Amino acid sequence: MEFAIKASGFSAIFFVFAIFFFVFSTASEFIFEKMDFVEFLTSPEWYPTSLSNKRYGTLALLAGTVSVTGLAMLIAVPLGLGSALFISEFTSGVVKEGLKITIELLAAIPSVVWGFIGLAVMNPLIIEVFDAPIGLNVLNGGIILGLMSVPIMTTIAEDALKAVPDSYREASLALGATRWQTAHKVLFPAARSGLLAAVLLGVGRAIGETMAVLMATGHAVQIPGSPLDSVRTLTATIAAELGETAAGSDHYQALFAVGVLLFLLTFGVNLAADLIVRGRSAR
Amino acid sequence: MVSASPMIEVENLSVNYAGKPALDQLTLDVRRNEILAVIGPANSGKTTLLNCINRMIETIPSASVSGTVKVDGHNVAEYRDPSLLRRRIGMVFPLPVGLPMTVYENVTFAPRMAGEKDRTVLDETVQRCLKQSALWDEVKDRLDDLGTRLSGGQQQRLTIARALSLNPEILCLDEFSIAVDPVTTMKIEEVLKELNENMTIVVVTNLVLQAKRLAHRTALLLRGKLVEVGDNEVIFSRQTADARTFQYVQGLFG
Ligand SMILES: Nc1ncnc2c1ncn2[C@@H]1O[C@H](COP(=O)(O)OP(=O)(O)O)[C@@H](O)[C@H]1O
Ligand SMILES: [Mg+2]
Repeated sequence: MEFAIKASGFSAIFFVFAIFFFVFSTASEFIFEKMDFVEFLTSPEWYPTSLSNKRYGTLALLAGTVSVTGLAMLIAVPLGLGSALFISEFTSGVVKEGLKITIELLAAIPSVVWGFIGLAVMNPLIIEVFDAPIGLNVLNGGIILGLMSVPIMTTIAEDALKAVPDSYREASLALGATRWQTAHKVLFPAARSGLLAAVLLGVGRAIGETMAVLMATGHAVQIPGSPLDSVRTLTATIAAELGETAAGSDHYQALFAVGVLLFLLTFGVNLAADLIVRGRSAR
Repeated sequence: MVSASPMIEVENLSVNYAGKPALDQLTLDVRRNEILAVIGPANSGKTTLLNCINRMIETIPSASVSGTVKVDGHNVAEYRDPSLLRRRIGMVFPLPVGLPMTVYENVTFAPRMAGEKDRTVLDETVQRCLKQSALWDEVKDRLDDLGTRLSGGQQQRLTIARALSLNPEILCLDEFSIAVDPVTTMKIEEVLKELNENMTIVVVTNLVLQAKRLAHRTALLLRGKLVEVGDNEVIFSRQTADARTFQYVQGLFG
């Protein structure tokens, strides 16, 4: 039994390293021999299939990811933290349990279903409401991703609020603070690092999401000028193009380099979340 | 001492937690400007009584309350906003709860939540309350330290300072000395005697001798019922109205 647990623990670590090693080694020839670092990171031109003028700039893709993720967070942070606060502080008993289960069910909706909602519901709605030429854009992807990130944020944030000792609530209320003041002035500061971790995990979730953004954001590789512009994210690019490249080709390797970039990005976000949580428990 | 009506009037107060009785038909007055001690073994309902006075009992979903509590002649149930009631009653808990903020912010928390923004008023409040709680000399250079950095005894005095910040008419303390060293306990007892000049004080204590030292009158609770309340001269004599009071005070049970 002990052996089985150890083995599964080590294999999990092994697989993480193996995956990173595979991605990195596939991309390494491209990264170290063919790629122009400056172009890769600063050029918005991604023309991997052009015959005369191949370009491997990821700036537009990065801008796509950042804009969709940023908009998603504008939606997810207030919704996620707000519902965590509501569930933790303003409900009890059956209502509380019911809401928690509902939120967890939301987390279980497959991302392709969210993408489908983006395509079939949001797309015509955005065209209608904003008079946009196309409804598959930053706004659509941001809303869908935002809603997708709400459950994980709510769950983690609710845990963080629950971890605040009841004695803080009692002391604050007994001093004549209202429940809102208590939440705002005592609970939020006390749970600050846990709430930040919740937000960062939501960000990580949004950056790494592929299927829903692939379906909801359109496909134009460009730095968006407005939320109604169509964009392409890092993940969507990999998903859309990898199947059509020959293994070992420059394009194929370039997509793996995009994968490395994505990996570093999500790794950075998760590491930040982790350090924050650790910082809290160390105190 | 102008008005003769009691500061707190508890009448037929009963509390159940999920059907389990904690207070049973309790009737008890707290006179203006007295120190009333409430003694009794663990689980006799002392904390529950305090929670009914400032309506913190409502924050416990399983609790159901019947009977009335009046503060200064007004039924506490009639406050539309319980915050307004709680601002009139300072409350000190058994274990010091430094809110996760600085000493200064701890003491000014209640006034700030009540809408006070004037920095000079807040500065004065900090000085007054920390002096009243005999903490000023020890922390006057540490006002911007986290409250939780203070020693246990200092933290308990900080919570007393905090409880005084809105100039309450009533101060309730729930077994305040449970986590405090004897020297600090004595300091706090001196503080309470001074505060008593213009404040009504209810001290819940598990220390019979503390009740004897500190209070004018003492009430004994037993399993949610009032056994006896009376002047300390009576409660701590052989002439108690109820034999159980004598036994409890003598340490024969509990
Ligand atoms: N939050 C609560 N939920 C359920 N039962 C409680 C709660 N608080 C107190 N009780 C019960 O009510 C009774 C009185 O408790 P309490 O007022 O805390 O007594 P004391 O302060 O004298 O020790 C005890 O039996 C206790 O177990
Ligand atoms: Mg108690």
